[in-house]
Amino acid sequence: MPSGSLIAAVGEVGKGFIHERSSETLPCQARSDELFCFDWAKDHIDRYATPTVQHLELVAISVLAGFAIAFALSLLAHRRPWLRPPLLAGTGVLYTIPSIAFFFLLLPITGRGRETAIIALSAYTLQIIYRNTTSGLANVPASVKDAARGMGLSERQVLWKVELPLATPEIVAGLRIATVSTVAIATLAVFAGGGGLGTQIYGGGNLNFATSIIIAGGIAILMALTFDAVLLLVQWLATPWRRAAHE
Amino acid sequence: MPLAQLGAAPPLASFGGAVEFIFTPQTSNVTGGKTVGGFSQVVELTLTQLQVTVLALALALVVALPIGLYLGHRGIGEFFAIGLGNAGRAIPELALIALMAAAIGVGVLNLTIALAVLGVPPILTNAYVGVRQVDRATVDAARGMGMSGFEVLRRVEVPLAIPTLFAGIRGATIAIVATATIAPLAGVLTLGDFIINENVYGEDGVLAGAILVALLALALEFALAGLQRLFTSRGLKVSTA
Repeated sequence: MPSGSLIAAVGEVGKGFIHERSSETLPCQARSDELFCFDWAKDHIDRYATPTVQHLELVAISVLAGFAIAFALSLLAHRRPWLRPPLLAGTGVLYTIPSIAFFFLLLPITGRGRETAIIALSAYTLQIIYRNTTSGLANVPASVKDAARGMGLSERQVLWKVELPLATPEIVAGLRIATVSTVAIATLAVFAGGGGLGTQIYGGGNLNFATSIIIAGGIAILMALTFDAVLLLVQWLATPWRRAAHE
Repeated sequence: MPLAQLGAAPPLASFGGAVEFIFTPQTSNVTGGKTVGGFSQVVELTLTQLQVTVLALALALVVALPIGLYLGHRGIGEFFAIGLGNAGRAIPELALIALMAAAIGVGVLNLTIALAVLGVPPILTNAYVGVRQVDRATVDAARGMGMSGFEVLRRVEVPLAIPTLFAGIRGATIAIVATATIAPLAGVLTLGDFIINENVYGEDGVLAGAILVALLALALEFALAGLQRLFTSRGLKVSTA
């Protein structure tokens, strides 16, 4: 091909030609027109292991702590009805404060780090677990409790052997909502220096890199679904009488 | 957007310093004497956050409310309505905003759409559940009085569904206003800018941002509680009082 026509051809194709060439030479992750780089993902998937484990720990510790506190508060409110409105309002305030604000409100008190993230995340779960546990206990039919008392059970036995087992589906429902939300919100723990999958979205230049955002977000969603399934299984195992009723 | 993690540890923030940051502009000791904070900037960022929150909430309502009410009224699509609510909770906010910014682009419109995505599931699910759990005998009575399907929905089912409906709207609002805090990642400067750009605003600014975001969320929650009272039918108020 004579050089004259080559120049003309370049002129005709113009910018598109040059753009195409640079796209071919650049690695996938440096190109802004690629949403997801499978090659990069395949080579770098191991870097998500530690953040995933951190994320799991954040969620597990936060939900367990939140559950322990909310469960204790529910039992307290169950015995002393006058405590119900203030406890509902108090946990409601904690639920309303955005977790990212909560992280930094704790900053002067607990500093930056994992503990701060865990405190804020567990505070967020209180309302959901508390509300479901109290309503689960309140929904136990009075006739069932009467029958239990008639059989000679003490108040403590009525609570642990009758009321709580019957309230289990609602308690687990609250736990599922709390856990799934916490998995999602824990991505924000990166702002509190708490690690987790958020580091692969926000930190170290990941913010404009869709591939890493999709991988980290995808792991978080999978984690939420897994937790949800596990809790459903726990409920199934913990309430054998419900299965018997269906058979 | 760089994280402020380099250099010597800045002095720990104090609540007094944060309050001062809110009311009086100060010279940033990091960005070469730029003036930061102060009441006018606080008002500006608060209004932006409120604006995107209200816009996103309105968009979510327009999309979710008719669908949720219709499905609840007809008693169809339970799997979709309930499943959407469950799936919506699993969306990681940070990933949603970051992906939106990286893949589609920054700006108020894109941000509003991303935030509305968070608001749709709770509103739709609660609208469905609220209408669905209205006593069938009540609905039958309304039909027997000669009400059309739409009248039953508007005059019987929606009024009785108000508590559940508003629980969904409040949940959506909390999610949206909380996530609007990280809107600076999508190029929209909300109160979250104080929190995220610590290298500009300093520790006092971060704490001030956190206080303001918390107050804004609580204010919205109170406003919605008031609105709920306003929307509660007078007959229902008497019976609960």
